[in-house]
Amino acid sequence: MYGSGILAGLGVTLKHFVDSYVDDLKFLGQRYYNPASLNQRQGTRGKGVFTVQFPEEKLPTPERFRFIPFLLYDEKPDGTHDDRCTSCGICAKVCPPQCIWIKRSNDPVTGRPVPQPAAFYIDIDICMNCGYCAEYCPFDAIKMDHDYELASFDRTSAHIFDKQKLDKPVAYYASLRPTDYAAEELVRAEEEAKKAAKKADAAAKAAAPATA
Amino acid sequence: MSATAPTVAALPANLAEHFPAGVVADTRKGYEGYVVGAAQLLQVAGAIRDKLGYNYLSSVTGVDYPESNQIEVVYHAYKTSGGPGLNFKVQADRNDPVVPSLVGLYPGAEFQEREIFDMYGVRFDGHPDLRRILMWDGFAGYPLRKDWKEPFFEEDLKPFASRWPGGDVRRSEELDPFGANVQYPPEFDPYEWTPETETAIYKLIQPKAGNGNGGHLKTDKLIVNIGPQHPSTHGVFRMVVVLDGETVVDLKPVMGYLHRNHEKIGERNTFLQNMPYTDRLDYLASMSNNHAYALSVERLMGVKVPERAEYLRVLMVELTRICSHMWAIGFLLNDLGAFQTPALYAIKERELILDLFEATAGSRMMCNYMRFGGVSRDLPAALRDENTMDFLRDLVNNRLSYAIDELDRFLTNSEILRSRCIGVGVLPAEKAIAYSAAGPLLRASGVNYDLRRADPYSIYDRFDFNVCTRPNGDVYDRYLVRIDEMRESVRICQQVVAGMPTGGEILAGKPQYNVRVPAGESYGRVENPKGELGFYVVSTGKTNPWRYHVRAPSFVNLTLLGEVCKGHKIADVVVILGSIDIVLGEVDR
Ligand code: SF4
Ligand code: SF4
Repeated sequence: MYGSGILAGLGVTLKHFVDSYVDDLKFLGQRYYNPASLNQRQGTRGKGVFTVQFPEEKLPTPERFRFIPFLLYDEKPDGTHDDRCTSCGICAKVCPPQCIWIKRSNDPVTGRPVPQPAAFYIDIDICMNCGYCAEYCPFDAIKMDHDYELASFDRTSAHIFDKQKLDKPVAYYASLRPTDYAAEELVRAEEEAKKAAKKADAAAKAAAPATA
Repeated sequence: MSATAPTVAALPANLAEHFPAGVVADTRKGYEGYVVGAAQLLQVAGAIRDKLGYNYLSSVTGVDYPESNQIEVVYHAYKTSGGPGLNFKVQADRNDPVVPSLVGLYPGAEFQEREIFDMYGVRFDGHPDLRRILMWDGFAGYPLRKDWKEPFFEEDLKPFASRWPGGDVRRSEELDPFGANVQYPPEFDPYEWTPETETAIYKLIQPKAGNGNGGHLKTDKLIVNIGPQHPSTHGVFRMVVVLDGETVVDLKPVMGYLHRNHEKIGERNTFLQNMPYTDRLDYLASMSNNHAYALSVERLMGVKVPERAEYLRVLMVELTRICSHMWAIGFLLNDLGAFQTPALYAIKERELILDLFEATAGSRMMCNYMRFGGVSRDLPAALRDENTMDFLRDLVNNRLSYAIDELDRFLTNSEILRSRCIGVGVLPAEKAIAYSAAGPLLRASGVNYDLRRADPYSIYDRFDFNVCTRPNGDVYDRYLVRIDEMRESVRICQQVVAGMPTGGEILAGKPQYNVRVPAGESYGRVENPKGELGFYVVSTGKTNPWRYHVRAPSFVNLTLLGEVCKGHKIADVVVILGSIDIVLGEVDR
């Protein structure tokens, strides 16, 4: 019958229409602004409309979500910061749009480079959020952030992040990416142990002839 | 295909014998194929097409070799019956490069030759419409030549020395105050300029405009510009249409509004740095762009991709295909005037797929997922509050098939859709092949050509799936092919999820940020959702590619837009464009 195709199509629309209300009812008014129901309705069990009431509610960012990188520091017992970055420059080299600028610092006495950047900038207008810097940094010193709300009124002054703005404690990173953090800490601990063992070994060797 | 087996293999040994005067095998290290003399090109290409059966010209591109003072034009031809291709080249004097045009033999070369003219200044003798295609007339020089430098030029190759260790930050624009960042050709005055390309377009189509259709009613032909800012153009894209009443007499696409010289950027980048840039070509299919680029570089490196990584790649790429076809169908309906409802139904499941991409690769659209020799991350253990494998199984075994069936029920038999699509924009098989059409566009014309079967790559030879074709070559068949292909993709995904090895390596070797790629050339191609996506890469053995060319399916598929639109009503132009399914990020590059 002519028109049956359209009717069948309208049937689908009607089903979607009804489904969305049925789904609303199922949540008993708890469909929105409720993290538990968000997981359900936006996942494979979701039956109704896929909608997030942004900005009142937001899709949770998964652990690996990557946005503008930040720098990590360990907090020393006395409250001072210990930068993880050694200003090795790998991230600046690997960065595809070349938006990382690093100034290496030199020891004022010896003139030798010291493992701490004097300055570190990222031009967030240019950063393409590729994640390479975090992926290839050998010291776990730079990681991708989750904060994507970075709009500002003045791009010329506000969009080059300096070290002060980039620095964040390791604890922040651990809260952002617990799985990655745990895995990395394991590797770091192993390496530390290896290094310590080597040192002890060397010390033992050095000590051995003296006692002999 | 294993990573080391060349796609362009086993050359017909007699080609050089047939043409003793003008054909020699390319013996440079890492190169393959033949070098043909410009004088013999037409004859040789004719034999390649007609005697040897390489009826499908996949890619034409240029390479600049200033050292030998030559510009090389590289052709890759294939057989639509499948199998490896044939690669042949013509070398032209850099100071005055002239090469005979192959448009007569392979009409699909038209836009690609124009691009080479635009980028390298190679003149193609006998080309019907040799104008700049991506750049405008007031553009100075040929940007892909090695000695051309952009206004923001800093250094030839990345990484730039100014970033480390003495990184004094500045914004690029501080170096180039407004006004000084544009170069014009000598004696060019932007204020006195009349747009030549424009006049040229109008001249090309003007003779066909004129008075009347011969009937008793006096009518005028008129020219209408659709776009560049028009919702139906899917981005900034313009169609200059000559109309007789409502009927299209001629149509010329105008593009380049989104041009950023992706390829020049690519040649400044290191090999690895190009990966995230490929995401931004066809931004609805970043996973498959990654795949094509990785394949072409892996071929030069000769690495073997670990088993699990291959499965992950196929999974991601096939999910991408489903997303992309869903978009194509949804927006075809938009172009038909069914605003948003079908489009939103179509892209609903895409949310779940993008959730998976985001949880795995870190981004929904700019995935940057693949690396040379594998992928960057394995699947996460959980996706929100669900186990990832459960999520995946649910998705590929239940939800996707249901969504596709529903879309099918919703649209396929709709009388409105059928009457607007059946018999519209018909593209016969021979024409589709001649114009180098690719992807669903080609298969809807009845040509059984899908690279996953015709020239298998990755591990596609292990999966059971059908190549979907339809006989009529109209808009409706293109729609149906996309529906069919989504079903086949779901089948592949099901096989992947069921057969994926648990655990194991996902990247061959150590992660390396500065890969040195052995010297040579490589053309890696994959079946992208929109058609054949190829990367032609030339390496000189260093860390940056010497040549990085993208054979973009959206761009090449537009070559025949004018052809298929002729004779249809203006309202159908929009539908035909929608059925070709283009993404401007890839067209303009
Ligand atoms: S962030 Fe990492 S890669 Fe970058 S300079 Fe510091 S230590 Fe090196
Ligand atoms: S995320 Fe990518 S673009 Fe951004 S700073 Fe890191 S390497 Fe550079």
